[in-house]
Amino acid sequence: MSVAVVNAGPKRGWKSVSTWIGAVIVGLAVFCALAAPWIVPYDPFAQDLGKRLVVPFWMTGGSSEHLLGTDQLGRDYLSRLIWGCRISILIGVTVTIVSGLIGITIGVLGGFLGGRVDDAVLFAITTRLSIPVVLVALAVVGLLGSSMTLLVLTLGLLLWDRFAVVARSTTMQVRNLDFVAAAWCAGCSRFRILSREVLPNIASHLVVVATLEVALAILLEAALSFLGLGVPPPLPSWGLMIAEAKDYMFFSPWVIVIPGVALFVLVLGINLLGDGLRDLFGARTDT
Amino acid sequence: MLSFLTRRLIVAFLVAATVMTLAFILTRLSGDLATSIAGPNATQADIDAIRKAYGLDRPVLTQFFDWVGRALTGDLGESYFFKARVSALIAERMPVTLTLGLTGLVIALVVSLPLGILAAVRENTALDRCVQLVALLGQAMPSFWLGLILMITLGLQLGWLPISGTGSWQHFVMPGIVLAFSAIPALTRLTRAGMIQAMGSDYIRTARAKGLSRASILLKHALRNAAIPVVAIAAVQLGFMLGGSIVIEQVFALHGVGYLAWESIGKNDFPVVQAVVLVLAVIYVALTMLADLMNAVLDPRLRGP
Amino acid sequence: MSALLEVEQLEVGFGSRTSAVRGTSLTVERGETHCLVGESGCGKSVTALAVMNLLARGGHRRAKRLSFQGEDLLKLDDNGMARLRGNAMAMIFQEPMTSLNPAYTVGSQMTEVLRRHKGSSQRVATDRAADLLARVGITAPGLRLGQFPHQLSGGLRQRVMIAMALMCDPQLLIADEPTTALDVTVQAQILRLLAELQRDLGLGMLLITHDLGIVARVATRVSVMYAGEVVESAATAQLFADPKHPYTQGLLRCVPVPGKQRQDEPLGSIPGTVPRVGPGFEGCAFRERCSFADATCAHQIPRKTASPGHDYLCRLPAPVKALT
Ligand SMILES: Nc1ncnc2c1ncn2[C@@H]1O[C@H](COP(=O)(O)OP(=O)(O)OP(=O)(O)O)[C@@H](O)[C@H]1O
Ligand SMILES: [Mg+2]
Repeated sequence: MSVAVVNAGPKRGWKSVSTWIGAVIVGLAVFCALAAPWIVPYDPFAQDLGKRLVVPFWMTGGSSEHLLGTDQLGRDYLSRLIWGCRISILIGVTVTIVSGLIGITIGVLGGFLGGRVDDAVLFAITTRLSIPVVLVALAVVGLLGSSMTLLVLTLGLLLWDRFAVVARSTTMQVRNLDFVAAAWCAGCSRFRILSREVLPNIASHLVVVATLEVALAILLEAALSFLGLGVPPPLPSWGLMIAEAKDYMFFSPWVIVIPGVALFVLVLGINLLGDGLRDLFGARTDT
Repeated sequence: MLSFLTRRLIVAFLVAATVMTLAFILTRLSGDLATSIAGPNATQADIDAIRKAYGLDRPVLTQFFDWVGRALTGDLGESYFFKARVSALIAERMPVTLTLGLTGLVIALVVSLPLGILAAVRENTALDRCVQLVALLGQAMPSFWLGLILMITLGLQLGWLPISGTGSWQHFVMPGIVLAFSAIPALTRLTRAGMIQAMGSDYIRTARAKGLSRASILLKHALRNAAIPVVAIAAVQLGFMLGGSIVIEQVFALHGVGYLAWESIGKNDFPVVQAVVLVLAVIYVALTMLADLMNAVLDPRLRGP
Repeated sequence: MSALLEVEQLEVGFGSRTSAVRGTSLTVERGETHCLVGESGCGKSVTALAVMNLLARGGHRRAKRLSFQGEDLLKLDDNGMARLRGNAMAMIFQEPMTSLNPAYTVGSQMTEVLRRHKGSSQRVATDRAADLLARVGITAPGLRLGQFPHQLSGGLRQRVMIAMALMCDPQLLIADEPTTALDVTVQAQILRLLAELQRDLGLGMLLITHDLGIVARVATRVSVMYAGEVVESAATAQLFADPKHPYTQGLLRCVPVPGKQRQDEPLGSIPGTVPRVGPGFEGCAFRERCSFADATCAHQIPRKTASPGHDYLCRLPAPVKALT
């Protein structure tokens, strides 16, 4: 089920433009995430029931007091959006670290050792792919109660497959290269060959996978939070914001449009950046 | 071919067994099931009664083998909440989920195949870039949000389609579109890559040398070969769609298997949850095997000499 | 009456940098075999593909004249060209292993040509395909028609390609090194087959090869290509007897000729490789490897006629005595 990515050709003009757009979006999001406590105009948790569902500034009745309006509990929407960005990035990155550690370890071992180990790795990947991610994540959080740590661990344990697939196939390629054979002959230990020869050579492929996984984790977190089994309220996750605003969406659509667009743009930015990196590295990201 | 199939069957069986074990472990994660089933207001006597009634007082291994043994005969246990056979519940809800998944797949194919072919034929033109952009946008779209937006626009403002429920075929259009979005990027990219590869091949040069029409060259000679990987991925995507339909069923209030699982999670109805996980996994495995078979049909080389 | 195929001053480039063919001219008469020879990469396949308008993406052609049976091919649009291809002019390729579509049976690929061009029914087309398979020496044609390309050997696939090219009774058959990819015993069979078919059907054939042994046996005329140019063209006997261009002489020296060769005499070879020539290239492309070259070879070389129907591209005034 491996699909070689064909367009690893020369860089074209619009490609580099789109990569830059992606980089700018991701840069902005990371800045918001890191600086959130200092740049939010209001306390994102502070309710003001007297000012519920104030509309954003560009609509009639909106004001510059609450640029993006307020939600159904009178909390400032812009502040919650920025805080939500922090949560999305946090979850995206931590999930990717967990899944990356698992997937890379498994994949490199399978690709490097081959034989029975590799069979076992392939079997693990097949099994993992057959498990419905959203359902299992929902079940775990539903049964154990929602918390950020649990969410990150669950998603991390579920999303390592692409890391494993790519790490495995690229390790196999590197293992067969001349300089690795030379290192074998020079009597280097397995560990040394893995850390000095293999890992540096597959790193670029893994970076590309990592960007895609961050995007995927962010989308999944939003979906789980939307279903009420992700980030616990009152934390302002974008998915949760959409879920809470759902009851009002037919009358004031902007309540779901704003967090949705934010989510869409962030994920798009990460994907653009990832695509650009893939072209830059000539990497393969087989799925 | 035959030994290949046997090996696939063995692997499939092992995968199913592993998923079964995992599903069982998953539902025991919360510790004492009887307590969570009984709810917060239950007395110790209630809990003990529940523990006895559901056989939770037996050793875990006994419970496990009991479950596996019954599942092998098609008996997936009894739901605590619905007070019905789990297999009956799933069978009752499955048509909705399957309809949704197939609608999504058909929409995805109807969109991706032409887009991919078009992009390949006009490789490196503005059109090609547009198609790739569409694929990127699709990949970044949060499906539940797209569902809500469609409900507001197509449903409420334009009034073209019903907003939720399962009454008629129209009810499946919006959820189908949303579900299709998750498969369109991969299918489009694959079609495009396959067509580009096929169009540059020697046999397409032969087809042109034979003076065949452009339609025949594209659709008969190139697409047939480009379709081989697409079919395999389409089957796998259908598996992912069925697994992912839980979100969309919830958004559109479609009472399918995903909705059932979501309800059961809320009610701590663990026999249903583990059964749905198992059934979806088995369907996925079956679909990948179906994909292998379809590949063998499409690619004569796989059928052996 | 005009010749079957006339190519005059054909130029082919890929992108803006390489010029693969630089002013090639050749003529194929009805019923004759015209051989195009030259070393690998000199532009033989590109010439043939340009004639058929089958150049790969990025390839563009230009010519003073390109006509088939008096019809100007340069003026034909895609549809017009498609009506000729596979019909009045057919082509066999260098790569038999990959030239058939792996997804369809031999029968389906053969019959579609006839159905497309002659509007025949499937039954008529199948009969014709079976006849032709038998004609190209395939036993049990009925069985082969139902098989897929991967079930056939390279030699069989090339025979299928030949039969497929003959489906519509073409006047011109372009065969681009039809035997290069095959093993030696099969090579001889296929060539004998082609020569036989050419004679029996009265085909005009443009046979591309770099094997002069083949040329000596089957060709009516020979054109020698070097770095995208025809450097010498003559009737076969004349070319072998009296080669004018130093490159042709070198080529002939590379072929062992039974009887003429003394046991201890080493087989010749031409030192160096074909240069890559860009669009602005001036003078003789062979000069770097030529032992007669001097400063004047870097300037434009006039085409000379040695005798009627024998011309060559070299500044040397007198024939060089090279073959002893
Ligand atoms: N699709 C292409 N793109 C770019 N350059 C090409 C292409 N096809 C051919 N060329 C160039 O054109 C030149 C002539 O190639 P051609 O295939 O005609 O050689 P040939 O004489 O047929 O050689 P051979 O005996 O190996 O078949 C080569 O230098 C090649 O690099
Ligand atoms: Mg060639």
